[in-house]
Amino acid sequence: MSPYRLRHIRLDLQLITDLIDPNSSVLDLGCGDGALLRKLFTEKGVHGHGVEFHHPSIYACIEKGVPVIYGDLDEGLNDYPDKSFDYVVMSRTIQVVKKPHIILNEMLRVGKIGIVSFINFGYWPLRSQLFFRGRMPRTKTLPFQWYNTPNIHLSTIKDIREFCRAEGIIVHKEINLVKESAKHPLANLLPNLFADLAIFVLQKNDD
Amino acid sequence: MPIAPGSIGIVEKKYFTFADPPNEMTLESGGKLGPVTLAYETYGQLNDQGDNAILLTHALSGDSHAAGYYSENDRKPGWWDFMVGSGRPFDTDKYFIVCSNVIGGCKGSTGPTSVNPKTGKPYNLDFPVVTINDMVRAQKHLIDHLQIKRLQSVIGGSMGGMQVLEWAIQYPEFVASAIPIATTSRLNAQGIAFDEVGRQAIYADANWKNGDYTLNGNIPAQGLSVARMLAHITYLSEESMHEKFGRRLQQKEKLGYDFSTDFEVESYLRYQGESFIKRFDANTYLYITKAIDYYDLPRDYGSLENAFKNVNSKFLVISFSSDWLFPTVQAKEIVRALKVDGKHVSFCEIDSPYGHDAFLIRNDGMEKMIADFLSHVYDD
Repeated sequence: MSPYRLRHIRLDLQLITDLIDPNSSVLDLGCGDGALLRKLFTEKGVHGHGVEFHHPSIYACIEKGVPVIYGDLDEGLNDYPDKSFDYVVMSRTIQVVKKPHIILNEMLRVGKIGIVSFINFGYWPLRSQLFFRGRMPRTKTLPFQWYNTPNIHLSTIKDIREFCRAEGIIVHKEINLVKESAKHPLANLLPNLFADLAIFVLQKNDD
Repeated sequence: MPIAPGSIGIVEKKYFTFADPPNEMTLESGGKLGPVTLAYETYGQLNDQGDNAILLTHALSGDSHAAGYYSENDRKPGWWDFMVGSGRPFDTDKYFIVCSNVIGGCKGSTGPTSVNPKTGKPYNLDFPVVTINDMVRAQKHLIDHLQIKRLQSVIGGSMGGMQVLEWAIQYPEFVASAIPIATTSRLNAQGIAFDEVGRQAIYADANWKNGDYTLNGNIPAQGLSVARMLAHITYLSEESMHEKFGRRLQQKEKLGYDFSTDFEVESYLRYQGESFIKRFDANTYLYITKAIDYYDLPRDYGSLENAFKNVNSKFLVISFSSDWLFPTVQAKEIVRALKVDGKHVSFCEIDSPYGHDAFLIRNDGMEKMIADFLSHVYDD
């Protein structure tokens, strides 16, 4: 499993699983060890595969019987026809790709529905580290130094909302989580300040 | 040399003959061939249902001897010995493993060195041109003869990988999974070019005599040796050659300033060429390289997507990062077509410095993936 997605993984998976219809097709971009797809195969009769760049993760997928394709998301999704999956999922991956705007549009071209989960950089402890200490924030979710982090495209919930508006992407649903809970009152009161993770359900119709 | 621990030990080459006249096998070229003998080996036990079999398909210069030793004094085991045995990826406690020498081969199967029953002499160039499709259809006769009802997997590298693709296409209901390794659905121009230079080296040998030589007489050893030296370079990588030889001199302190062997790499290639002529036949080399060059699924089916349209096998496609003869981009073409067709496919490019030959060298990632993939196929 990639080191930058250690926390929340179980709740993340459960919430995404709840969003997906039984017997549908799912493409999981940056699928990690295949835990989400394995869960979807077993609990929802879903079919599909993952895309992953990290070899130990690929081996873990094969060990679970999850089909996985070695691939670099920065090379795009040219191999996939339009709307060829019911869902394209990208869980805690958007921040590591080189061109998030391209991959977000690509996932919504290939998938009828896109589900993106991402770390909210507007989360108050991150803001306070930057404000009071004047240093790049480091947390259990973001454990790296500024110079060695794979997380090169961090964003806030507001950034993603604004991006979707500008790109004509419909946001069907927004789930805001704080400290592994989707029901935390603060997360829904002021998500950009109090949620540490968000899951967006997206759709983009053909122009 | 003592038999390595974990090896399946002593094995025996067996023979199966079919297509006795007048029921000759019709080849893809339209030619007829019969009787046809295939040399083969098996490891492990076939279960009562006949559905725990795995077929290993060999590369250009391979043969039926995938694993084990022929005798206590045997110097080397079979070509994929580290993959076959109790607790190994092709687990002989679980699976019945079959490997046969291809039709057109020179290691016990009917090929150019076999005696033509019509003339009482070796076929040589009277042997009909065989294709990958012919190799696979001949293997199917053997598999049926062995009472195998379903293949859990067909697995092979390079030309063996082409046979894997062909099996999945020709017998979609029979093959539960397919693992093509370091292979392509069609050789690129560079690959054909290297094969042609190898063939030209054989043609240019005065002993070749348009293929009309006998194995007991003067054989085109020099031509075959040069062909092998060239081919061997294409199986390695710049990195692995540098690592293995660098510019080191062969048993000398200074350059010779003559045309004797100076560098270790020269000596190594000469050794590869010389040992090859003891175990392989020049005409056979011509036939098998032709079969590889001819293989072209997009041509035969209009497109690669069309070629795979009816396959039912689960695929695990493997390539190696330093393989420049069958580069990853060719594996990706196979993967792309299978994905477009909505087939079950996994793909991994493995990091290895060993070039095309990497599939014949131990690699933890490859061994783990194949073992895990097979266990899921078998459980399903």
